[in-house]
Amino acid sequence: MKLFRYLKPFRLPICATLILVMIRALADLYLPTLSADMVNVGIVNRDIQYIWHVGIRMLVFAAAGASAFILSGYLSSRTAAGFARLLREKVFSRVESFSLHEFNRFGTASLINRTTNDITQLQNVLLFGMRMIVMAPMLSIGSLFLAFSIEPVLARTFVAVIPVLFAIIFITMRKGVPLFQAMQVKLDNLNLIMRERLTGIRVVRAFNRDDYEKQRFQDANRDYTATAIRVNRIMGAMMPLMALVMNLTIVGIVWFAGIRIDLGFTDVGNLMAFIQYAMHIMFSFVAISRIFAAIPRATASAARVNEILDTAVEIRDPENAKKTKGKGGSVEFRDVTFSYPGAEHSALSGISFMARPGKVTGIIGSTGSGKSTLASLILRFYDVDSGSILVDGVDVREMTQESLRSKIGFVPQNAVLFSGSVLENIRFGREDAEEKDIVRAAETAQAASFILDMKEGFSSMIAQGGRNISGGQKQRISIARAIVRRAKIYIFDDCFSALDYKTEARLRSALFKETKDSTVIIISQRVSTVKEADQIIVLEEGKIAGIGTHEELLNDCAIYREIVSSQFSEEGIA
Amino acid sequence: MSTEHRHSIPPLGPTRGRRIKGLSMPSEKAKNFKGTLIRLLGYLRPYRFWLLVVLAAAVGGAVFNIISPKILGEATTIIFEGVMNKLRGVPGAGIDFERIASILLLLVMLYILSAVFTYLEHYIMAGVAQKTVYNLREEVSAKLSRLPLKYFDSHGHGEILSRVTNDIDLIGTTLQQSLMLLITSLVTVSGILVMMLTISPWMTVIALVTLPLSYVVTVKIAAYAQKNFAAQQKELGRLNSYIEETYSGHMIVKAFGNEEKAIRRFNMINEKLYESSWRAQFISSIIMPLIGIINNFGYVLVCIVGSILVAQGRIPIGNLQAFIQYSKQLTHPIVNFASIANIIQSTIAAAERVFELLDEAEEIPDSAEALSAFSPRGDVRFNNVRFGYSEEKIIINKMNIDVKAGQTVAIVGPTGAGKTTLVNLLMRFYEVNDGKITIDGLDIRDIRRGTLRSVFGMVLQDTWLFKGTIKDNIAYGRIGASEDEIVSAAKAAYADRFIRTLPDGYDTVLNEEASNISQGQKQLLTIARAILADPAILILDEATSSVDTRTELLIQRAMADLMKSRTSFVIAHRLSTIHNADKILVMNEGEVVEKGTHSQLLAMEGFYKELYESQFAEKPSFKAG
Repeated sequence: MKLFRYLKPFRLPICATLILVMIRALADLYLPTLSADMVNVGIVNRDIQYIWHVGIRMLVFAAAGASAFILSGYLSSRTAAGFARLLREKVFSRVESFSLHEFNRFGTASLINRTTNDITQLQNVLLFGMRMIVMAPMLSIGSLFLAFSIEPVLARTFVAVIPVLFAIIFITMRKGVPLFQAMQVKLDNLNLIMRERLTGIRVVRAFNRDDYEKQRFQDANRDYTATAIRVNRIMGAMMPLMALVMNLTIVGIVWFAGIRIDLGFTDVGNLMAFIQYAMHIMFSFVAISRIFAAIPRATASAARVNEILDTAVEIRDPENAKKTKGKGGSVEFRDVTFSYPGAEHSALSGISFMARPGKVTGIIGSTGSGKSTLASLILRFYDVDSGSILVDGVDVREMTQESLRSKIGFVPQNAVLFSGSVLENIRFGREDAEEKDIVRAAETAQAASFILDMKEGFSSMIAQGGRNISGGQKQRISIARAIVRRAKIYIFDDCFSALDYKTEARLRSALFKETKDSTVIIISQRVSTVKEADQIIVLEEGKIAGIGTHEELLNDCAIYREIVSSQFSEEGIA
Repeated sequence: MSTEHRHSIPPLGPTRGRRIKGLSMPSEKAKNFKGTLIRLLGYLRPYRFWLLVVLAAAVGGAVFNIISPKILGEATTIIFEGVMNKLRGVPGAGIDFERIASILLLLVMLYILSAVFTYLEHYIMAGVAQKTVYNLREEVSAKLSRLPLKYFDSHGHGEILSRVTNDIDLIGTTLQQSLMLLITSLVTVSGILVMMLTISPWMTVIALVTLPLSYVVTVKIAAYAQKNFAAQQKELGRLNSYIEETYSGHMIVKAFGNEEKAIRRFNMINEKLYESSWRAQFISSIIMPLIGIINNFGYVLVCIVGSILVAQGRIPIGNLQAFIQYSKQLTHPIVNFASIANIIQSTIAAAERVFELLDEAEEIPDSAEALSAFSPRGDVRFNNVRFGYSEEKIIINKMNIDVKAGQTVAIVGPTGAGKTTLVNLLMRFYEVNDGKITIDGLDIRDIRRGTLRSVFGMVLQDTWLFKGTIKDNIAYGRIGASEDEIVSAAKAAYADRFIRTLPDGYDTVLNEEASNISQGQKQLLTIARAILADPAILILDEATSSVDTRTELLIQRAMADLMKSRTSFVIAHRLSTIHNADKILVMNEGEVVEKGTHSQLLAMEGFYKELYESQFAEKPSFKAG
């Protein structure tokens, strides 16, 4: 439970809560003592005055206990919520610092879960813990203490019973908790099968697998149901058993108390107080069992959250970051080799080339040939295994990520937009962009006309994931976002695919005017997109199969010819 | 979808500091509460005998719980009277241990019985509740395979999924826990009231004075707490979608160096969540102490009045003790009622949603005479086919197509032109409104759906893979395919190479989103799956951006082999496919606007020509303009 370190700022409220809970427990405990007095003194002596007197004292203590309860509720709510807030903040900013390597190791879905559900879980456990972890032992120890102070001989009954209660909790937990966890896994599995069946309904039907899916679901359903029944039956035994043990204890107390009262060692009021102590003890044990039930899950959540916080970020800024001197933004690969962690083949090997300012470099190749990987390396989403990448003559590992990325305008393959206005989305590229810069960028990206056609123009809202606009519109906004950056280096990763012919033509001619002085790298699968680039790099299985202009490559690169012929089958090649 | 909220700790019985469970649930109202309740109860019918046993056990357990304090009180009275008599010097006075022994023996028996009954109740109810939801799930699962595709197309997956998972889970939990709690609470409250009245009507009145107060406090605060929980839920939702969005766009946030900005915005939402969260928790936490104060007030009153009555000799001391125990036991059921009412309401609303799904119109069943074995040559005819997704908007009118076995039909049109409509009709995912589609001259409605669909092989753009090994995913194409067949299918689809680069090769487990392989690779796998299925007629969705030209070239070779002896419908994006097609169907906005061969269509100078020139002609180069 390394996460305890994040409780540090909450030391004060936590201590205060614990003290308040203690006060509450004491008040709860003192009430039976007072009512014992009421019987022993008040009733036996028929002293109505005394009865009133004790009654008022009881009320005062009850009120004190309740106030402590409410105050502790306030403090614990704030502390638990504050702890969750702190954890979320830490986790989120840690995730933001992750490179793609660390990020993909966890996966988006898992990271979301850890940042939200796991932390909420911890918040609940902390809340429950602060309220119960002190209360339960306090009540049982306090009850024991008072019992011993009133009647040490009778109190020994409790000493005999408590181990039995512990044994009951221990045995049910040991059997129940693993089953309970198994049940959870099975439920998730059941839901997964259903989700897959729904999303793949066409395939299921096309392959005539309805019965198979039904069977798959039934197997999971049966498995889950059997476990759920077992869990509930085991857990269901605990309460009646504990109640039985405590009730039998009470019977024993009455019997022995009777004997001792007969002998004159004790009196009836104490007997009644004892019965209430017994009930306190039982309640605390039930609470303790609940804490035990919560611990395994809380530990699992804590471990998952901790894993994020303990993950060292591999890509870090150097201590003495170099500044680049050149203004142009040249990109140079020197014998770069890179493989994704755990992969058998390297994604890129022996890559060397130079992309100069004012020039266009096209990159073409098949799926898995390493095109997008190459783009990721320029942005230093990953570090190379060997060789080096230089931007303006400085190794990307020797400058800060911030200064590196501020030079680059990147348009990814999938146009990712964020919920918010069109304006905000484009401004994402440069925070201090003025409105006229944004409009201009949108015009260059051929996005202005459709944006102005939208109801509220540039203030129109884009839904999460850009669901309310088309793929081509998303691409254009994504391009505008890069243009507004006025970058030294532009990387276009296969991002014209959803545009129609005329729009792409207009976009590229407008774009070229804007990027005259920059280094432009265009990744594509279409020959037509890269055909007129100053140099074209042909990638094949992570290696460079050829570098040159369109004409040069047609002459001496077989793979390039193959690509070209597949795309221009009859229209003629050049 | 959040699944975490269902992972609740199993309830282990009442404790003093517990939070009231039903409060954090959104309260929803069912449209037809009574009807849904009756229908839900219908699912319990097969277990009515066991339910009666449960009811008996619950009543028994509660009754024993209720009378035992009174009996225990008798023992106390005997002790007390013995002592008092002794004090007064009554000759031969003392505690009557024989009577005490018999009372205690009776108590021991009652306690054991009570424990047995309570356990019996849990034990049976676990079976009944889980089996009931098991049956409900199976019914839904069977229903899903009878629903027409139209239902799935018109309802979001999330919505259907939520009915099948969350809603049914809620029903299960309610049956398992809340129903029993409700029964026990009802029996306990009425039983306790009776016992209290028999002890002392006056003291009962005093004890009950506080009861309405407790109830009002619970209900009022609960309503306020619920409002705050709703606010918390809303903020949590906002935070979750912000996290989802930011994490999904991680690469973009980093590429533009906007991490700080993202964190700033996150902190703002986080702060709001904190505010609403602690408020909700705090408000729900004050119910118990407030009730506690009220109760203690009642308790003190009972003690005072009781003590006076005992002192006056009007009631025995044991009864006072019993009464005190009773008045304490009364609190929990009262607090429970407030939350159970809420839970039951949500449960009925959930059940209503599940029943809605079960009541959806089903696919027309296959007729008894429908063919169950069919291996056609592959002649496909559309005969005066008329179709629309709704009667008002007919998109195919009097369509006639005649495809000979082995021919290739290219379907072209702008994105979103409704090219999947043809797939829907051929595979009989949707029924034609008029006319008929025949295969080898046989109306497809005279063939069992399963048989019909096995005639087709389908490779769509939206790949579908499930969590499992790559091997299993390919093997989905044919039941009982051998490992060799799987590998050769993968080879034919040019998927073998990339599969072997994965850490575990064919045994690599695809994760839930299949995000451990690329989009292009996913497509290769679905192609391998279709190759393995070896169908008579193919429906192909040609890849566009996700599989690039070189890979596609390889795929096209494999496809060409595959298409040789088969009738093929190809949703085409490639020039060569169109040129080689025997027929081209041109679709626009859901309608088939033109059909013919490439040269025929070009000669028409219509929509096709325009489309052809914009989509397939060479694009201008980068430096144009």
